[in-house]
Amino acid sequence: MIRIRGLVKRFGSRTVLDGIDLDIAPGERIVVIGPSGTGKSTLLRCLNFLDPPDAGTITVGDLTVDAAHASRREVLALRRRTAFVFQNYALFANKTARQNLTEALVVVKRMAPAAADARAEAILAEIGLLDRGDAYPAALSGGQQQRIGIGRAMALDAELMLVDEPTSALDPEWVGEVLALLMRVAEHRQTMLIVTHEMQFAREIADRVLFIDGGRIVEAGPPAAIFETPKDTRLQAFLRRVG
Amino acid sequence: MVIDLGYMAGLVPVILRYVPLTLAMAVVAMAIALVLAAALAIVRVLKVPVLGGVVAVFISFFRGTPLLVQLFLFYYGLPQLVPAFRAIDGVTAAVIGLTLHFAAYMAESIRGAILGIDRSQWEAGASVGMTRLQLMRRIILPQAARVAAPTLLNYFIDMIKSTSLAFTLGVTEMMGAAQKEAAGSFRYLEAFLVVALIYWAIVEALSFVQRRMEIRLGRAFAR
Repeated sequence: MIRIRGLVKRFGSRTVLDGIDLDIAPGERIVVIGPSGTGKSTLLRCLNFLDPPDAGTITVGDLTVDAAHASRREVLALRRRTAFVFQNYALFANKTARQNLTEALVVVKRMAPAAADARAEAILAEIGLLDRGDAYPAALSGGQQQRIGIGRAMALDAELMLVDEPTSALDPEWVGEVLALLMRVAEHRQTMLIVTHEMQFAREIADRVLFIDGGRIVEAGPPAAIFETPKDTRLQAFLRRVG
Repeated sequence: MVIDLGYMAGLVPVILRYVPLTLAMAVVAMAIALVLAAALAIVRVLKVPVLGGVVAVFISFFRGTPLLVQLFLFYYGLPQLVPAFRAIDGVTAAVIGLTLHFAAYMAESIRGAILGIDRSQWEAGASVGMTRLQLMRRIILPQAARVAAPTLLNYFIDMIKSTSLAFTLGVTEMMGAAQKEAAGSFRYLEAFLVVALIYWAIVEALSFVQRRMEIRLGRAFAR
């Protein structure tokens, strides 16, 4: 169970997240949509303290972190319960594809190297990159890099996977393979919080869709309700623009 | 006066005998300086409280004063304050001086290289739950090392030449040997020319290695 209460984030005088409350059930797939610059990515980045929130509490399982006075150890513990997929992939440039998958398993989770390698092989197979395990990120296509990025998050077996605009930096030709992989991840009942501009994908993968505007959750509900019978006028206007 | 080539030729093997000492001083000082510089750079980058300020002053002092002054302070000055330092011989004092001096310079190069690493690398490491030191050691430093390597090799070359200052602490290394020879024969030009040529040859050899290394580093992480 994941519980977020009163999450606030300010950049200078600008309030980007203005009190976010959200409960996420195990295995639930939530998609966040909304206009650019309304705090969608910031929400994800605040949940693992890549951007430290200014106020609010985040509970993942039996760990509750109060943003106002979070210790470095609490932040670390929170990050070890979450995984993050970056818009720009952010693979470790000095590690091969396989090492990108095993790095955290060995260094953070203290898994035996052989066990980590076995897990990496299984994931490479699942993401369709068994033959590219020894390649460095610079030698991989954008789509391949993002699949490794997703694989790295899968390997962690995290209680919550945060996925930040996974296809926004991709050439159109690679978007399909990345979205297909995320659909497969979702089938494993991985709890996910996804920010995306791909509305068709959102409709297919989401159990629940959140519409965020002005740093607040304006409307939330199952995809059918959000996309077919939107109530809030801002959501209606947003859907007209992107549809 | 004409240059006595025969004298010069005879002097070459005499001076060459001191090349191992020169290289040994440089290699030992470089090895320790590298470790120290990396540590100093990390303390600076992570903005460690108190220690960060101490390191900043350390770096500022050793970059802000001439190496010769530092060596004299250390070898001739400090023993007046701390008698135990009298036990330190010239070679050791020179190595310690070179180490501290070059560590200060190299720390700034390494810090620059670390700060040049893309923010996404830090965020990726943080997102999988690495501590800052794990991130530094496993992800950031290996990438920064490749960026800084050519500059660090430059400092090594500079360091080899700077070992000649050990002569001023009474160490008979290449320069000291040449000085002694010249004092006997009064052929200063030939003696110092031989020293200059030998230093030049050593540095050229290293520059060749450096060029090769840069080509290799350019290809790094690309396959």
